[in-house]
Amino acid sequence: MKTLRYRYILDRLFLSFLVINTIIVILPLLIMSSYVIVNGISALNLDLFTQELGSPTRAMQGQPTGLVHTMAGTLVVDIMALLFAIPVGLGTGILLSEYPDHILNPVLRIMNDTLNGMPAVLKGLLAFVLIVKPMGTFSGISGSAALAIVMLPIIARSTESALSIIPWSIREAGLALGLPRWRVVLSAIVPAARTGLITGFLIAFSRAAGEAAPLLFTSFGNNYLPKHWTGMFFGPVDTLPQRLYSLAISPYEHWHRMGWAAAIVLFGFVVISFVIAHLASGNNLQKKGNSR
Amino acid sequence: MKINTINYELLKKPISLIYRKPGDRIFLSMAVFLGISIVLLTIVMAFVLYGESKEAITRFGVLGFPLKAVWDPAINLEFGALTFIAGTLFTSIGALVLSFVPAVAIAIFTAEYAPRWLSVIVDNLVNLIAAVPSVVVGIWGIFVFTPWMRDCVYMPFFSWSTDNFPALVPLLGNPIGFGMSTATIILALMVLPYTAALTRDAIRLVPREQREASWALGATHREVILMAVLPYSRSGILAGVILSFGRAIGETMAVAMLIGNKNTLPFTLFGPGATMPSVIINEFREAVGNIHYSSLMAVGLALFAISLIVNLLAAWISRKFAFAGGQMV
Repeated sequence: MKTLRYRYILDRLFLSFLVINTIIVILPLLIMSSYVIVNGISALNLDLFTQELGSPTRAMQGQPTGLVHTMAGTLVVDIMALLFAIPVGLGTGILLSEYPDHILNPVLRIMNDTLNGMPAVLKGLLAFVLIVKPMGTFSGISGSAALAIVMLPIIARSTESALSIIPWSIREAGLALGLPRWRVVLSAIVPAARTGLITGFLIAFSRAAGEAAPLLFTSFGNNYLPKHWTGMFFGPVDTLPQRLYSLAISPYEHWHRMGWAAAIVLFGFVVISFVIAHLASGNNLQKKGNSR
Repeated sequence: MKINTINYELLKKPISLIYRKPGDRIFLSMAVFLGISIVLLTIVMAFVLYGESKEAITRFGVLGFPLKAVWDPAINLEFGALTFIAGTLFTSIGALVLSFVPAVAIAIFTAEYAPRWLSVIVDNLVNLIAAVPSVVVGIWGIFVFTPWMRDCVYMPFFSWSTDNFPALVPLLGNPIGFGMSTATIILALMVLPYTAALTRDAIRLVPREQREASWALGATHREVILMAVLPYSRSGILAGVILSFGRAIGETMAVAMLIGNKNTLPFTLFGPGATMPSVIINEFREAVGNIHYSSLMAVGLALFAISLIVNLLAAWISRKFAFAGGQMV
């Protein structure tokens, strides 16, 4: 029979097994981020934020090259995507949380999760067929549309959970004042859930900002700044993740170094928004705990 | 007196329509419209992919396309997706197998053993793994991980097997570093947070009584976890695994950068391969001719179908799980 001593030894072994597994998982993350930080910082310089990329010969001849067009393009495409996604995501979230008995909700919830789980490549293909093909050219707008589809389900879900935290008594108070339901939602519920909503937007934004797959055949990429500002919307635009991919698979040493620089910019952005989002939601939870 | 008359006047003033029933109707119908657009997006995606891939499907057959392992965009213009379907399934299932034990272990560690501060740190680090953009993982894979794996793992193992076990060599394939095993390991790391998160939630949902009963019977901590906690949280773990599987199928950039991109069967352990997303990413921008383009869209349609099934399955299981409060058998 198993003695007690044997079972205690097994217990210890089990705990050490768990600890070893935890370390095995965390270690690659730490190694990877240290490589990105070390290689990225050594590759960062001022040219990166002031110059265009240009042709490969430019880098080989030692002329200054940079990614200013990429950073500008990323900002334009991502912010535009957020503007596309917020109204739809917000509306869906309101429907899910404020009208819990609505007939559409069970289907909507499942379809929303399904859309969230769909590979980002397919969202890129959809935007390609619906926007790039009729327009006849790769464009910033189509990239934004593809990213908006990536953001949408995340915003809808986070809006739903942010709104459903607000107690029903607030809604009842509003209704008792004689306000119609839409006014209660817009003037009482949405402002009260502000922090949660913005956290959700931030999470969606940082998730979409790291996606390269849908952008490769929608905003396509561009080695230069567009000649006219409308080129940012109606012409091919460079974005950070897609440029990072092109730099990493290119055969040029200089471009590899710039790839690391792009990696640290992207990594830093994602980590910062991750931390902000978690601090915000953490504060929210604390406030909720205190008010009870 | 005067005050009274003013109030009376105000009451007589008609209330604007948007503050009455029509306002609410308009608001609700706007919300419904926006909600329906999300449902429509998925349906439109299916139709669009089908429409664009029609040419390939009619030419190679509904079953002929996914069951044939030819990919010849240059000479005969013949296409079949079996290679990529197999590649996706191999890498995804491999990643699930690799990540399952560490994911469950990390969930048990943070939910059961670790002090609060440590479990917060570990949880956030695991979530951060999911947040790191896949291209960043890819560039690290290309310049650091792959060379290291080639020099320290694949090459020594390959030369050992050529000396001692020659029968194994064709199974191993070229140890160039970029290949199925590299992609699978990176994929395992990238999907692990999803299994870990759902397992953690499921473990935290196990009621106190369940554990206390087990403690009272004289079980050690390990026995409590293995006999009382894990069986109870089975369905949550299953939902997490399926969700991870969905992520693994769709993971594109890191896999495309590390898998080596070889469009023919058979795959070998170390040798290069290809998956459905990776072939779309690699060839879509250079697709010449309608049939190549249409075949890539058909690969997309196959990816859509698999992903849809996996996601609906995950939704079904987690709904059932949520209703039953974790007590699903």
